[in-house]
Amino acid sequence: MKQNKLIFALAAASLAAGAVHAKEVVVRIGHAGPLTGPAAAFGKDGENGARLAIEDANAKGIKIGGDTVKFELVSEDDQADPRTATTVAQRLTDSGVKGVVGHVTSGASIPASRIYEQAGIPVITPSSTSPKLTQQGYKMTFRVIANDLQQGNALGKYAVDQLKARKIAVIDDRTAYGQGLADAFANAVKSSGGQIAGREFTNDKATDFMAILTKIKAMNPDAVFYGGMDAQAAPLARQMKQLGMTAKLMTGDGGCTGEMIKMAGDALSATTFCTQAGIPLDKMPGGATFRTQFKQRFGNDIHVYAPYAYDAMMSVIEAMKAANSVEPAKYQPALRSLAYQGVTGPVAFDDKGDIKGGAITVYNFDAGKWAPLQTIQ
Amino acid sequence: METFLQQTLNGLVSGSIYALVALGYTMVYGILGLINFAHGDLLMVGALVALQTVTLLNAAVPGLHPVILLLAGVAVAVPVCMAVGYLIERIGYRRLRNAPRLAPLITAIGVSFLLQTLAMIIWGREFHVFPQLVSTTPMEPMAGVVVSPLQIFTIVVAFALMGGLMLLVNKSRLGRAMRATAENHRVAGLMGINANGVIAATFIIGSGLAALAGVLFASNYAIAHYAMGFTPGLKAFTAAVLGGIGNLPGAMVGGLVLGLVESFGAGYIEHLTFGFLNSSYQDIFAFVILGAVLIFRPSGLLGERVADRA
Repeated sequence: MKQNKLIFALAAASLAAGAVHAKEVVVRIGHAGPLTGPAAAFGKDGENGARLAIEDANAKGIKIGGDTVKFELVSEDDQADPRTATTVAQRLTDSGVKGVVGHVTSGASIPASRIYEQAGIPVITPSSTSPKLTQQGYKMTFRVIANDLQQGNALGKYAVDQLKARKIAVIDDRTAYGQGLADAFANAVKSSGGQIAGREFTNDKATDFMAILTKIKAMNPDAVFYGGMDAQAAPLARQMKQLGMTAKLMTGDGGCTGEMIKMAGDALSATTFCTQAGIPLDKMPGGATFRTQFKQRFGNDIHVYAPYAYDAMMSVIEAMKAANSVEPAKYQPALRSLAYQGVTGPVAFDDKGDIKGGAITVYNFDAGKWAPLQTIQ
Repeated sequence: METFLQQTLNGLVSGSIYALVALGYTMVYGILGLINFAHGDLLMVGALVALQTVTLLNAAVPGLHPVILLLAGVAVAVPVCMAVGYLIERIGYRRLRNAPRLAPLITAIGVSFLLQTLAMIIWGREFHVFPQLVSTTPMEPMAGVVVSPLQIFTIVVAFALMGGLMLLVNKSRLGRAMRATAENHRVAGLMGINANGVIAATFIIGSGLAALAGVLFASNYAIAHYAMGFTPGLKAFTAAVLGGIGNLPGAMVGGLVLGLVESFGAGYIEHLTFGFLNSSYQDIFAFVILGAVLIFRPSGLLGERVADRA
């Protein structure tokens, strides 16, 4: 009813303007992410990115199936909470959205993905990096950012090829995240010709790593990799220093945080490395233009993932154009074979729905912050 | 050989903190037969109160010597913890003194949740940096073995406190009253000992030790957090059982043994089992030792010396 009114109003408006349109249809696309709570900044950023994409598409007056399409954003707040995420996903599918950009956190994306799969609505996450998300074998789940496996892989290669580390010790916290990252890292080190000198384990509540570090120190490695979060990585860095270890310390995005810098203090140095999925904004093909456009539209700077949300939304729209249909069942195959040049780089999906050649950026600690060193595709 | 010495040192540092916390468990158990599960959280309260004091003092009077800051932190944290410990006993446990044993035990778990939640409300969920006020710069007394002043400080303070407690229990009037109450608090009451006072004193002393252990723990790992008391609390409880719960020297021996077993476990389990087990079995290794000790000595390593209970 509301839709009809809107179409009527728009039709009346265009008639009044003297334009001749065949027909105009409204297509609603959802965005889901945390708009409240501690991760709210990430959710709002994604929402703005998606909104910008919709406004750009509407400005172009895209025609699908002979009709001019007006896209409309339906934004929902999942509070980065797994249970709320499923409720929100249900609400979006019930409201008849044709696609969804989201969710932002892996903890929300994984449970929500099942609901979209059952409803047959494609969902593209701009920022969830857990490998599990795309390992469920769902046809409707996509992501436009590199996952943790790709992250471990990139850092492993970087350690051997760029940092010339030969003997590397690997520690993980036995969580799904830490273990997955450490395994991917170790495999990449081995396939690049490096050697895993030792594999040690801790847990995600530990604070004392002296025993395993002493053991690692005796192996005299060039680098130590830790798969886990900053709450352990920071005391680990301090204890390495306390034991007089000079090996490089490497972590994934769990240790690539501001908290890590705060907690590890003077134990960090230029030989501390970490990775984050994605590329820094100024290295993106359309980064500079996007930054200006975003700032102009919303009055604030990009937080992190807005360009990814923009590309996720554009992927949905491009696939609809390619399939010449806004129906999920029709355009989903087009999403699978998509080749779109986005703000963040080329967007194409592999058979799991992961982005092909997703970018990973390696950082090191420099002058009190993480400084980007190299982006690996 | 260097690695062996280094692992021994690592074990002594963590073991002496376990021992200090284990004393609190064992003192209360010795007198009341109660396992005070909130004891680990008193360690957390001690660490966070000390951190708050150091932060405030540093903001008010910048440029104070680290040692003064540390002493000020301790000077506030210890009385606060003592007061909290006393209140827990007075409000929570005293009313349940003659209740079935399960009632105070469950209350203790409840108090533990309460302390954690209060700390979360006051200090938030995030990890805080605890200033390492004693130098952590590694020194190398012999090739391949490094030790930091902070580690030496931790061991020395822990041993001094344990020695002080032994003197208090074995030589002072209060200590004699504690030992008498431990044997039988009703009979001790008939002999003119204020049993409630002695029990309160036990909680106060144990809480003070927990506060000090908290400061040592937090400054060793440079971290403080509202849930930080859980793991050392569990380890210290294990140490108390290992040494023979209710027995003071047992708690110290148990703590040190547990620290060493964990350290050697992580360091050598792979060699000992020819690569079959690795350091992810570090904690299991400690509990296997505990199981073995309890099978052959059900009352713990020093458990049967009941006369020493305090």
